[in-house]
Amino acid sequence: MNLQLKIWRQQNAGSKGKMVDYSISGVESDMSFLEMLDVLNESLINKGEEPIAFDHDCREGICGSCSLMINGEPHGPDRLITACQLHMRKFKDGDTIVIEPFRAKAFPVIKDLIIDRTAFDRIHQAGGYISVNTSGNTVDANAIPIDKHKADEAMDAATCIGCGACVAACKNASAMLFTSAKVAQFALLPQGRVEATERVQNMVRQMDLEGFGNCTNTGACEVECPKGISLENIARMNREYLMATSKG
Amino acid sequence: MNVLDSKIPTGPLAEKWTKHKNEIDLVNPANKRNINVIIVGTGLAGASSAATLAELGYNVKTFCYQDSPRRAHSIAAQGGINASKNYQGDGDSDYRLFYDTIKGGDYRSREANVYRLAEVSGNIIDQCVAQGVPFAREYGGLLDNRSFGGVLVSRTFYAKGQTGQQLLLGAYGAMNRQIQRGKIKSYTRHEMLDLVLIDGKARGIIARDLVSGEIERHAAHAVVLATGGYGNVFYLSTMAMGCNVTAAWRAHRRGAFFANPCFTQIHPTCIPVSGDHQSKLTLMSESLRNDGRIWVPKRLEDAQNIREGKLKPTELKEEDRDYFLERRYPAFGNLVPRDVASRAAKERCDAGFGVNKTGEAVYLDFASAIERYGKEKALTSGIKNSDKNTITRLGEEIVAAKYGNLFQMYEKIVDENPYKTPMMIYPAVHYTMGGLWVDYNLQTTIPGCYSAGEANFSDHGANRLGASALMQGLADGYFVLPYTIGDYLSDDIQTGPISTDSPEFEAVENGINERIDRLMSGSGKHPVDYYHKKLGKIMWNKCGMSRNAEDLKSAIAEITALRKDFWENVKIPGSKEGMNTELEKAGRVADFLELGELFAKDALQRNESCGGHFREEYQTPEGEALRDDENYKYVAAWEYKGEPKNAVLHKEELIYENIEVKTRSYK
Repeated sequence: MNLQLKIWRQQNAGSKGKMVDYSISGVESDMSFLEMLDVLNESLINKGEEPIAFDHDCREGICGSCSLMINGEPHGPDRLITACQLHMRKFKDGDTIVIEPFRAKAFPVIKDLIIDRTAFDRIHQAGGYISVNTSGNTVDANAIPIDKHKADEAMDAATCIGCGACVAACKNASAMLFTSAKVAQFALLPQGRVEATERVQNMVRQMDLEGFGNCTNTGACEVECPKGISLENIARMNREYLMATSKG
Repeated sequence: MNVLDSKIPTGPLAEKWTKHKNEIDLVNPANKRNINVIIVGTGLAGASSAATLAELGYNVKTFCYQDSPRRAHSIAAQGGINASKNYQGDGDSDYRLFYDTIKGGDYRSREANVYRLAEVSGNIIDQCVAQGVPFAREYGGLLDNRSFGGVLVSRTFYAKGQTGQQLLLGAYGAMNRQIQRGKIKSYTRHEMLDLVLIDGKARGIIARDLVSGEIERHAAHAVVLATGGYGNVFYLSTMAMGCNVTAAWRAHRRGAFFANPCFTQIHPTCIPVSGDHQSKLTLMSESLRNDGRIWVPKRLEDAQNIREGKLKPTELKEEDRDYFLERRYPAFGNLVPRDVASRAAKERCDAGFGVNKTGEAVYLDFASAIERYGKEKALTSGIKNSDKNTITRLGEEIVAAKYGNLFQMYEKIVDENPYKTPMMIYPAVHYTMGGLWVDYNLQTTIPGCYSAGEANFSDHGANRLGASALMQGLADGYFVLPYTIGDYLSDDIQTGPISTDSPEFEAVENGINERIDRLMSGSGKHPVDYYHKKLGKIMWNKCGMSRNAEDLKSAIAEITALRKDFWENVKIPGSKEGMNTELEKAGRVADFLELGELFAKDALQRNESCGGHFREEYQTPEGEALRDDENYKYVAAWEYKGEPKNAVLHKEELIYENIEVKTRSYK
């Protein structure tokens, strides 16, 4: 198939970016979206132009590197996948595809479609862990039985890949879904309860410091999340936060 | 004396590690604060060792090329992690895990290292649960297990099909805790380009900031390389696009021996290649072989009709199917080790029984598992005389709960519903057992340069068993390296800070700048990927699932010629300043072009078949691998001498005192 592409180009963080038009032909339906970009890049390199820079690594939907806004949707039109798992069979001959980076004040553009998501790392650093030493001197793994339903729920929250689609989808650029998924994972587990108060306070504080917006319960984040992280996590984090605040 | 000293402690096998820990030197807490350690790579091995070393009090710097430590490729490991907990009461023990791993590796790994791995495996699970890793549980609240290939017990712990992700996020969390305390400084979007030696000791690295393009010097008292495997030398593999050999190869060029480069794991269950545009391959977890049955048609004409789309696999009667693993290996069936399963699939496809358009695919079928689970679920739900549709529906629900994310991944890529029609799979490059040679302390042949996880060669011999990579990465990082490195660093308590303002750093940095300039000045004929794909084809066709002397010799000649062509004609647009993704790739491919040659050379010298290394000249009449213990029971460790063709072979003889060396049989 033949496609028209409109792609965000920006030399570096300091320069002004713009949309640039490209046409591409010979796209096959079983190509992945990123393989389509590979083909375009090869032709650009052969013409002596700089290829389009985009983040990608595992190409199987788990590393969370993908950060493409495709036709106005994070990771494109399909559901429950990242851009690298999107296949060209979702498009048809003659389509125009608009490709931009995830947009948020807290995610500045580094180059073309590559953004800086280190704000997520800093939120995690503020408390996204259980403070146990890694020496292995702990109790036997089966000494703490955990309700299977709770464990499964914690696992569902823990599957967040930290891509930032939730932020990109949100009109407020809120990072509540990301932050709450980690808070909820540990809030659901007995091991995580011990420092639940400090965790939620510290992570929310860092989230606000990074310049992410507030949550207004629109739910776009849940719809666009490639891992289907539930809005219920946000409700849980709000409860945890309220409890933490009332405890002082 | 042999230049290779494995430093294996004396004494009985089961007491070596404890004894060693009691005898090695320690660094007191106050002195640890004056010692800096660089860790390159933030996957399971890198992140866990960074966290633990920082926790012990050392000052740690970590480096990763990704935008966050959490994106290292350990994240993609699906199936699980082994531990000899014996929670299932099925007779598991440290010895059995040790035995299975040595046998699975086809008697080409070191006894003492593997026993230590088994010994600490249980502790890994304790540690991870304490960290909040949400492993799968049974209704009683205790941890669940499943089976993996090459063993007869259930010892694999898992978190759905995302075990690697959960373990890495646990280690990343532990790392983040230390970053927050200021004990780790994390450098993301940074790539190590060379190792700096001062007075023969590893004392730092040269790294490139991938955003600014600046070349930086970083000094430390020791350097740990936890940079993963080199499977991308094949271009197509299940590795992430950025996985590379550069850090390990640069260390090799500076004096670290490279061991068993030809030992590569080809994983049997990957989604087949769909076309020339393919950029990477996707694994379907080995855990699927717990329930999936592998087959091809019995008759050639059925296979042909399937390939031409005239016949559907579901239409083929049971008696017309060849469940070739169950037929050839009745004891282990579909759960034979990966190398055995891969070769058997290749053998059937080469004989014309392949089932996709290119003839390079076999079926992985869940129909009987769906029926079995459906019947059981109907019974436990109190449904009597349930009809076929109900059984199928219930069975599909169980299968979805176990493998849902894998089935979804398959459907998105192939556009077929694997609940209704069998999956098509084919072997693909997945893991590299070879890597930097290390002694029992995980130190390479360069003093102060350590290697952990997949980047080293140590524990898996000629074939790795499923769910053992995660185990080794975390064992090295949490429990081994943090102890053993102290033995070396105890000599450094008086050293004080190491300056980067030295002639040694200067010289290495100049060398890197010259190399980058040379890359940027190619004639501009072909993009980097052109060379990478060509190299991949040579490797896959001549150094892949089966090898022979003639092909290996021609591979060496072709790779040498391709390397020359690359340096003259590679085309890299843009400049070396600022971000340049093509320049990053070019540096990596340049190193793959050297490693590939050593790989072929190593495969050529090993005149036997063992594990993943199958030489066509050395096989039994039934087509099974024919090992030569008399002449090849050694680790091949290569010393760099200017060009891969001049590399010098050193042999570390493998001594088996606690295990009887036998022909591996899964029949």
